[in-house]
Amino acid sequence: MLATTTAFPYALVVAVFLAALVEMVEALTIVVAVGHARSWRSALEGTGLALLCLTILVAIVGPAISHVPLTPMRVIVGAILLVFGLQWLRKAVLRASGHKALHDEDEIYRDTVAQLRAAGQPVGRDRLAVVTSFKGVFLEGLEVVIMVVTLGAQRHQILIATASAVSATVLVAIVGAIVAKQLNNVPENFMKATVGVLLVTYGVFWSGEGVGVVWPHGDVMLLAIAGLVAAGVWVQIQVARR
Amino acid sequence: MRFVRLLGSAVAGTGRFLWDFLVGDTPEIFVAVCVALAAVAVISHHRHSSLGGWVLLVATFVILGGSVMKAIRTSKKK
Repeated sequence: MLATTTAFPYALVVAVFLAALVEMVEALTIVVAVGHARSWRSALEGTGLALLCLTILVAIVGPAISHVPLTPMRVIVGAILLVFGLQWLRKAVLRASGHKALHDEDEIYRDTVAQLRAAGQPVGRDRLAVVTSFKGVFLEGLEVVIMVVTLGAQRHQILIATASAVSATVLVAIVGAIVAKQLNNVPENFMKATVGVLLVTYGVFWSGEGVGVVWPHGDVMLLAIAGLVAAGVWVQIQVARR
Repeated sequence: MRFVRLLGSAVAGTGRFLWDFLVGDTPEIFVAVCVALAAVAVISHHRHSSLGGWVLLVATFVILGGSVMKAIRTSKKK
């Protein structure tokens, strides 16, 4: 079964882990650029501060959202996941069909380094470096926080969702520390498409339940919806390629 | 006074972020999802509770296809 309230939520873990992996690879590019162009200390200060803010956000919003009554929460959370998932799938379809350039970490790295070097060396504390790495990690991390809170709250499993996101972040940090460069060989578009399929699946299921849909076979329908959405995305990629 | 200004900018910042996050450069997806959910709510409340689910699923494919086609048309014009 894809996910039930009693079974271990594999789909939730996979969705949050992959989303965090994609977003943290993007954040790592900015942090590495700041470290190389300005100072590693400032880059790590900004990163630590952003991760702290994101943790506080989950700690505040997570418990608060679980007090919202179930039906309105299903509609709101489902609609957010549906919109968010469709945005991810749209980008994935456009990239897979060649209508949008693949995310190029090398180019982002070069641009960031050039901008930071053009700003000149600071006197005293390097605020630009701290702010740049903070913004990079915080903004990329916000999308993950929204997924952790929405997916986790609906299943009352914010801790598992958080652990999944933290695992991905630690994995990217370890690999980033070992290779000391941005990660350009991650199959980002495939991972984005997978996350998009899972978000849309949960979005359709929960928002549907929220507006009065009774799904036949209950949670088992999640599997069928995921399969149909994945097949639909494949068809749309083929159509867009023509 | 400073606290009120800080609170105001925090609220404005959150609003901007939510707008970018949910609407951004794809307002058609946001609007279409809202319309689809409203339609499914109407269908489901007229005792077609499982039909509504299939309508929502089909609407999802139509929304994605429409948004992709719109993006392709826009990129071809440029």
